[in-house]
Amino acid sequence: MAIWIYAEHKDGQLKKVTLELLSAGRRLADQLNEELAAVLIGRDVAALAGPLGEYGADKVYLAENDALENYTTDGYTAVLAALAKEHRPMAILLGCTVQGRDLAAQVAQRLQTGLLTDCTGLELENGQLTFTRPIYAGKAFVKAVIPEARPVMATIRPNVLGLGQPQAGRSAETVKVAAQPGDIRQVIKDIVRQVSTRPELTEADIIVSGGRGMKGPENFKILEDLADVLGAAVGASRAAVDAGWVPQSMQVGQTGKTVSPVLYIACGISGAIQHLAGMGSSKCIVAINKDPEANIFKVADYGIVGDLFEVVPVLTEEFKKMMEK
Amino acid sequence: MKIVVCLKQTFDTEAKITINADGKINDQGVSLIMNPYDEFAVEEALRIKEKDGGEVTVISVGGAKAQDALRQALAMGADNAVLITPELEVMDEYATATILAKAIEGMEYDLILGGFRAIDDGSAQVAGRVAEILGLPVVNVVTKLEVADGKALATREIEGGSEVVEVPLPAVITAQKGLNEPRYPSMKGIMKAKKKPMDKKGLADLGLEPAAVAAKVTALSYFLPAPRAAGKIIPGEPAEAAVALARALREEAKII
Repeated sequence: MAIWIYAEHKDGQLKKVTLELLSAGRRLADQLNEELAAVLIGRDVAALAGPLGEYGADKVYLAENDALENYTTDGYTAVLAALAKEHRPMAILLGCTVQGRDLAAQVAQRLQTGLLTDCTGLELENGQLTFTRPIYAGKAFVKAVIPEARPVMATIRPNVLGLGQPQAGRSAETVKVAAQPGDIRQVIKDIVRQVSTRPELTEADIIVSGGRGMKGPENFKILEDLADVLGAAVGASRAAVDAGWVPQSMQVGQTGKTVSPVLYIACGISGAIQHLAGMGSSKCIVAINKDPEANIFKVADYGIVGDLFEVVPVLTEEFKKMMEK
Repeated sequence: MKIVVCLKQTFDTEAKITINADGKINDQGVSLIMNPYDEFAVEEALRIKEKDGGEVTVISVGGAKAQDALRQALAMGADNAVLITPELEVMDEYATATILAKAIEGMEYDLILGGFRAIDDGSAQVAGRVAEILGLPVVNVVTKLEVADGKALATREIEGGSEVVEVPLPAVITAQKGLNEPRYPSMKGIMKAKKKPMDKKGLADLGLEPAAVAAKVTALSYFLPAPRAAGKIIPGEPAEAAVALARALREEAKII
């Protein structure tokens, strides 16, 4: 019984989490001596089968249809669930993205199976796929399995599994399937893309984040400057979002996004428990805050007690010099 | 317009999580709240009712204590509440969704609302499963909602932007932060809520056998994250410290 990876893509590119899933899925498939397949759904997406093979897929189910140009819950659920009913994979893994979360819940219910979402760990224990997932926004974790129902379904958080090396020349067998999206009830009236050259918060390797200490929306410019030197995303604490300085989509924490970057630079963030829950799994945390008693220093690998308006611009200049070398 | 709002009682966001002697999450002495995302859903339902008229029913699956969360929704202005206490040892999202769908199936509704996720297990799948069971279209992570002429026009968050999606009613819509600013119950609302109906049901009342809602997921163990050790404070004037920090990130942490 095969392991399936849902191949999410955006703007003609595979999502990074899809490649991470392939790398992890490849290891599992080898351990189990099973096939690793990717399911690629969309319109004019056949070219993505190449990288899916290079990252480890043995087979790519290619489901193309004009009605599948944009993701819709109904259209993509119909295609993925029908394929799974026909081929009966052992597991279906998706990225825990807005789209992956949406699709996984519908497909899991249609297939009458269990679903573990936002997992941060995935391994084979006693021959069983075993998942670790945060609960209470990362204040605790649970290890769980889906013992009987098949397929096992899970969404995995971006940035936690690690990315393998693509093997040039490795290719997957492409299996074209007749995609039947059926009656799609979600009619997309408009799509608004924020024009940004910065990476998405949940996938970024480096995040520069600001809190109450930013004092106002205009000051986020200094964080953006720092972020752009590092190729980082810009985040914010709930205090900055609730003050209306930055949009909700930038919020990191229990009622915002949960992130696991390599480097998290917290500027003027006190470190409330809800915020720590959202970024506590970052590999390296830097805190810049005027208040030496701020909670954030208790979790920071490096801290500077000082005025962020003096520290951040110097930091930006230093990194700029390093990058130029 | 008849609106059903699914809501869940959760730990307070400030709650410190500990593990008890049985290896489970300790729920003793923890203050409980209505899941904040469900509060957005309740508020949205009330706003639609205030504009177009209708009736708002709130429903929850949980223990007896969950009636506090329902009572809060009634105090905010909801009309009726339904509490289902399944009294099962093990529950998962499949079980919860099956129970909710069974209870809602017997009601009249034009719109079903809920938070897009709960802040405790954060699984973000119950509402979607309910929609699937009831054969309804779903729109998740909604930050703006207009309901008119038998349709819902919902603005939802997508990665790197937003999209506007139209679905025919009845539909399931899940709320994301930003949809609205929930009201506080007024004193009058709290008094009125005491007299509003709270329908309490068990599995048998819904005609469900425990086997029909057997969980698909088994939790093996719970644990707390390894505490992060506090690192080093880089001394010096801001500019000096910044230079030292940049160097440490490059040479010591080898990140930059």
